Amino acid sequence: MTEFNPTILAFCCNWCSYAGADLAGVSRLQMPPNVHVIRVMCSASVKPEYVFKALSEGIDGVLVLGCHIGDCHYLTGNHRTAKRFPLAQKILNDVGIDERRLKLDWVSAAEGEKFQTVITDFVSQIKQLGPNPLREVRF
Amino acid sequence: MPRIGVFICHCGHNIASTVDVEKVAEFAKTLPNVVVAAHNMYSCSEEGLGAIRKSIEENKLDRVIVAACTPRTHEPLFRRNCERAGVNKYLFEFVNIREHVSWIHAKEPEAATEKAKMLVAMGVAKAALLEPQEESESSVIPVAVIIGGGISGLAAMSALVSQGIETHLIEKEKQLGGILKDIAVIGPEMKNTKELLDKMIKEIKCSPKAHFHLSSRMTDMQGFVGNFEVTITGDDKCSEKVKAGAIIVAIGGREWTPKGEFGFGKIPGIITQLELEKRLAKGDVPDNAVFIQCVGSRIPGRDFCSRFCCNASIKNALRIIEAKPNAQVTILHRDIMSYGTTAERVYRDAAEKGVRFMRYGLDSLPKIEKHGDGLSVEVFDETLDDVIGMSVDTIVLAVPMVPIENVKDVATQLKVPVDKLGFFLEAHVKLRPIEFATEGVFICGTARWPSQVSECIAQGLGAAAKASIPIREGKVKIEPITTSCNIGKCIACGNCVAACPYQAIEIIETDGKRHAFVTEAKCKGCGNCVAACNNDAMQQKGFTTTQLSAMIDALVKNAMEASQ
Repeated sequence: MTEFNPTILAFCCNWCSYAGADLAGVSRLQMPPNVHVIRVMCSASVKPEYVFKALSEGIDGVLVLGCHIGDCHYLTGNHRTAKRFPLAQKILNDVGIDERRLKLDWVSAAEGEKFQTVITDFVSQIKQLGPNPLREVRF
Repeated sequence: MPRIGVFICHCGHNIASTVDVEKVAEFAKTLPNVVVAAHNMYSCSEEGLGAIRKSIEENKLDRVIVAACTPRTHEPLFRRNCERAGVNKYLFEFVNIREHVSWIHAKEPEAATEKAKMLVAMGVAKAALLEPQEESESSVIPVAVIIGGGISGLAAMSALVSQGIETHLIEKEKQLGGILKDIAVIGPEMKNTKELLDKMIKEIKCSPKAHFHLSSRMTDMQGFVGNFEVTITGDDKCSEKVKAGAIIVAIGGREWTPKGEFGFGKIPGIITQLELEKRLAKGDVPDNAVFIQCVGSRIPGRDFCSRFCCNASIKNALRIIEAKPNAQVTILHRDIMSYGTTAERVYRDAAEKGVRFMRYGLDSLPKIEKHGDGLSVEVFDETLDDVIGMSVDTIVLAVPMVPIENVKDVATQLKVPVDKLGFFLEAHVKLRPIEFATEGVFICGTARWPSQVSECIAQGLGAAAKASIPIREGKVKIEPITTSCNIGKCIACGNCVAACPYQAIEIIETDGKRHAFVTEAKCKGCGNCVAACNNDAMQQKGFTTTQLSAMIDALVKNAMEASQ
């Protein structure tokens, strides 16, 4: 059996985490190639529906990355993110999907190394959790 | 049907040495709506841009995708290129396969190629759903407001009034000059502060366009770029409203007050740099002195270098030695940061004139005790590897500059962000310095970061130049990433009104139906209202729910096919 190679989606805000991802690139920080980034303007514009959609269609894990609390370029956008996604995790638990498949974290534009750590840790966590059970249904 | 062209960039070896660009281009050809897929050596070169324009023409493309570097730097270039070829620039989609693929998966060429394919597929899915957008325009009131009458604010004002722009300056104190009022000499060039300030203020006052609001504060700010309304309230509680097109924040910083470090506040004779400046200005020169650098800075929790303190200490050490040639002056430092050619020369001058420089470490802080009428200092000199003792009458703590106490209130009124320490946060340190993400609001001086006087002046002039752009043009363009409300779906619940950080949304009534309405010029395109809307009525241009859902679908579909 071949090694499980998860497919992961990440939402990165334009100002901090996407820039942090860019910095990781410029710094040539190596990380597993499982994460696919969608750029949004603010982490608080990510609808929980996107997460549910991705996981229900078989994506193995979803990351939502925003600016650190207090550093949001839209003042308090990430305060909403910080409230919204723990709630989304509860909903996932309720419907029988491991809440660890969704992770919220903060990466600033200066934190290329943190981006690398977050990606590496999340990929290894998803590898431990194994394939999304819904993947069997879809794939 | 959309006609999409996909252009994969080699970026020399940067992408092509890891990602098999030919394979990605071949794969792109199989994606829905893709008419042509090609790869170029450097898409951003004139040759690469020309090739894209030629392909747009030959293949009658109406959507363009470039898979190359990051949209944060190169998107405007490719958008302009599309425009030149007659394609609306918002029908362009960027896919990042350099920073997000080749550079971070350098040792896994196959996996990197697979990931690049996925990202291109996601980009194609989104591009098919892009819609042409027009930038809307809004008029600009030809007036500027500057908050803060220190050196940065005055520099900005002199530049604005010399252009003939009506400028209002708000200063909380009775007098202009800010923190420099207490500093007689500016280093490293040893300029006379009073002469500099007087000359500047005199020049500004010659202009009929200059308006000063002294002993006043900004108490409210409403509106958006081009159409701000600032409420100015004096200490006498009288308020007036000023309409302005641009706002410059120059509220400065303050000296950090030590919390008992080295016995400050308990042992007399231990003072801060600003206190020494005041004493020197009055001619009260110590007989001998020890400066301790980095007190309260470069430590956990306040880990920044305050940038001006080394030069300030060197300047004051020289002033003491000039006034009293027999004075013994020692600077205890952790690293001397006298950056710039003049400052470096003055640093050498100081050493030659007898100022002693000794380095201490965080693990062996200088020990200070009261000793008779004076003070004794014991310090472990890292270079001599020995403890040195000395007796002095004055110890000067070089403390950092920190944000003013009510910085958060000012930030909230202006709807602009500050960092963890309370310094204002620009839109981008390198790409958009001295500008806020909020258009029409600019930042300069020590409210942004501790700076030297010359830097404050430069930033003030820079902020004035930036602020004068919309004022001189008379109009501003609004990037179409704003949100709008689908009236049919809206139930006027008001979630979006509460979610909007800019008060851009209100509930109005049209033909008897209540619904949300977005004032486009106030909208900064954060999309917070989109996620807050439970009815899918709010949509952000360029980031619609259908576009993002299509990206997810494309990833699922292509990952599924790849895993089989």
